[in-house]
Amino acid sequence: MAKHIVAAVKDLPPGSRKLVEVNNRQIAVFNVNGEFHALGNRCPHEGGHLIDGKLVGLVQSKMPGEYCYSRKDELVKCPWHGWEFDLRTGRAQCDPSRVRVRHYETAVVQGGEIDLDAPPKAAEVFSVRVEDDYVVVEV
Amino acid sequence: MNVNAPKAQFRPNNKLALVDCDIHPRLRKPEDLKPYLSSRWWDTWQTYGLRKRHGFVKGHPYPKSQPGDGARRDAWPTNGDPAGSSLPLMQEQHLDYHGVDIGIMNPLWPGSGDQNLDLSAALASAHNDWQLDLWHAKEPRLRPSIVVPYEHIEASVAEIHKRAANKAFCQVFLLSRTNEALGRRKYWPIYEAAVEHNLPIGIHVFGYSGIPISNSGWPSFYIEEMAEHGTACSALISSMIMEGLFERFPTLKVVMIEAGFGWVPSLGWRLDKHWQKMRGEVPHLKRPPSEYLKQNVYVTTQPIEEPEKPEYLVDLIDWIGWDRVMFASDYAHWDFDDPVFAVPPNWSEERRRKLRSENAMSVFRL
Amino acid sequence: MNLSDIRAIDCDVHPTVPSMQTLLPYLNDHWRETVIEREITTLDTISYPPLAPLTARADFRDERGRAGLDAGEVGQQALDKWQADIAILNCLYGVQLVFNEDMAQAFARAVNDWVVKEWLDRDPRLRASIVVPLQNVEHAVDEIERCAADKRFVQILVLCMGETPLGRRQFWPIYAAAERHNLPLGIHAGSAYRYPVTSLGWPTYYVEDYAAQSLGFQSQLASLVCEGVFVKFPKLKAVLIESGVTWLPGFVWRLSKFWRGVRAEIPWIDRSPNEIVRDHFRLTIQPLDTPDNPDIVARAIEHFQSDDMLLYSSDYPHWQFDGDEIMPPGIPASLHRRILVDNPLATYPRLGL
Repeated sequence: MAKHIVAAVKDLPPGSRKLVEVNNRQIAVFNVNGEFHALGNRCPHEGGHLIDGKLVGLVQSKMPGEYCYSRKDELVKCPWHGWEFDLRTGRAQCDPSRVRVRHYETAVVQGGEIDLDAPPKAAEVFSVRVEDDYVVVEV
Repeated sequence: MNVNAPKAQFRPNNKLALVDCDIHPRLRKPEDLKPYLSSRWWDTWQTYGLRKRHGFVKGHPYPKSQPGDGARRDAWPTNGDPAGSSLPLMQEQHLDYHGVDIGIMNPLWPGSGDQNLDLSAALASAHNDWQLDLWHAKEPRLRPSIVVPYEHIEASVAEIHKRAANKAFCQVFLLSRTNEALGRRKYWPIYEAAVEHNLPIGIHVFGYSGIPISNSGWPSFYIEEMAEHGTACSALISSMIMEGLFERFPTLKVVMIEAGFGWVPSLGWRLDKHWQKMRGEVPHLKRPPSEYLKQNVYVTTQPIEEPEKPEYLVDLIDWIGWDRVMFASDYAHWDFDDPVFAVPPNWSEERRRKLRSENAMSVFRL
Repeated sequence: MNLSDIRAIDCDVHPTVPSMQTLLPYLNDHWRETVIEREITTLDTISYPPLAPLTARADFRDERGRAGLDAGEVGQQALDKWQADIAILNCLYGVQLVFNEDMAQAFARAVNDWVVKEWLDRDPRLRASIVVPLQNVEHAVDEIERCAADKRFVQILVLCMGETPLGRRQFWPIYAAAERHNLPLGIHAGSAYRYPVTSLGWPTYYVEDYAAQSLGFQSQLASLVCEGVFVKFPKLKAVLIESGVTWLPGFVWRLSKFWRGVRAEIPWIDRSPNEIVRDHFRLTIQPLDTPDNPDIVARAIEHFQSDDMLLYSSDYPHWQFDGDEIMPPGIPASLHRRILVDNPLATYPRLGL
């Protein structure tokens, strides 16, 4: 596992998303209310690209007629067949124990904290600036 | 910062030809049709709206699961036009990306099955011009279907005769939820005209019959509406067979589109079972019902059956016949199928060839 | 009788109401006079035209073409002949078609009382389903409560085509009563004819009409699952009777496929319909809508991925098979005992009491 810088925080504001490629893997990175989430981009069902999916909340129910809505925008719905994936785990809501998309840990690091002798491998070419924050994905 | 957004790549496996039997081009806006409509019908349509046998002015009795009448989320042009309305995006995202050699256009058009028969006829004809001018002329891979105002038999027949000379049209196009089951004699002139011109009848699911979609009334949910397509199509095919349609028109080809096919083997077996005991009621049938099913009916793959074990899907096609099943994507709708998923690479090349292209080439004389 | 000695449990046998005259003693003065004065001569329905080939096997018919008219005849033809030690009677008389809900209640009571007196009391091998007047949910629950005291009633009986899909919440008091009394919900072929038989209108021929019954079952299965009836009533079982069999796997795959994408519409369903159906639905084996090829029969049964779902039925006196071979060729031998005895016992708790 290595940390890869995928974006400057200021370039990925809340509500935005970005598709990045790290080690030949396509990863969809989402900023939901200041928290960063990273999932493999390919839906395990038919291969729809999650980067194009709608963010939705979690609807659960204990009994018919009850609708418990929570976690607004914390699931991504595949743009094709609507399977919902939990941004925090990658698990599919329809079958969480068996169906999942790869979930990647994310972190925010300050430019000044990056050890320049051993910098995280950048997914793209960045000029890292000490005063800025960066989103890092562990791959 | 350099942004290297990964690019979509051409798919592997596209060395085999591909015919897509279900592509939905869509109007950008109603005005697209205006050049093809008289002011009488344009004004009627815009002022009074459609009489489509359900109650809402806009939208659907069972709201779809995502916007754009249930469009793929990634199929919306960036300019805000509806999904499926942009030829360049369709070319890039679907025809090129999946390697579609020929795509059959099935417009889900406003006015199909309308109670105002003359309005329906005007809109049908306008859609046929629209398919030719805005799609086929610009992208010859896309082939038009003759949409007909199927509740207006006379106008449907006239439309078939008018269009059939243009060999770009590859089928006569109906929806499944008709006011009477499609085997009833009312509709036979449509089949007669289709046979005269060697055109298959393509029947796509949806439409509104005006009758509750279950025999116990209206269900509550969209998921039920979707599941009911199989029951409607079962009733439709039963009707065609039992009425003797295929005795009268033995060369007629009927293609079921977006109906799935998990129901097909069981339907044939069930009809045979009861026909054996009650053939006295239908003496015009000369053979077991399932034989007409095998002779005259074709199915398309989408939405592909997903049994819990993949070999059950192979059973289904074994029972239906590998020469009866044709690939369809349903672009640009949410339940779209990728050809590599619907016709998986672990099937023999012979089988994949049939489903991807050969069966359709033969049925549609492409 | 020791349960291990049971040879077969026939889960679908039809007692025929000989005529409206038969029911008169079971109606009160008002309804008796109504029947006579308003000339209600029969509640037979077009689901089973009396002389249609399907309605009775030729070798069971009397000289007037009727069959299954009394307990002695049925005992001989369906139980003795096919070595059934228990048979469940499902009386198909058009109670469900009546529009007046009070009249429907009166007929339901009459039919159930007639079944007790003329059938259950005459042959200890017989059990029965409670005919319920779905026209009014309170009436239906009352009838269940009234009959359930008699342990020989083992399920409640409704038709596969009614006025409203069976999953709808208005019917839930009925399912609460069913669960309370260990009664499965038996759904039988037939229609209340509130709507055309198919969603595309009235078919031309009876044979289409009968074939379309399986479509009604598909709708009801979807409704019961999607509305969450089994979330609310986890002990409830639904038995699809005379439904046909082979349509089920394909239909449930379809429902399960769509559910994965539109789950949020029915969030109380938190596992695949494939699993829910295996846990809660049972089917009687006649008519077995398969070709004769035993290999295909076996393969079609394999698609259920369950050994628990099929229940033996003869569907007497309906003509579904010829001869005396009650187990259709192709059904794996390893399943015979389950279908004949074990699955019915597991489905109908009251049989074991």
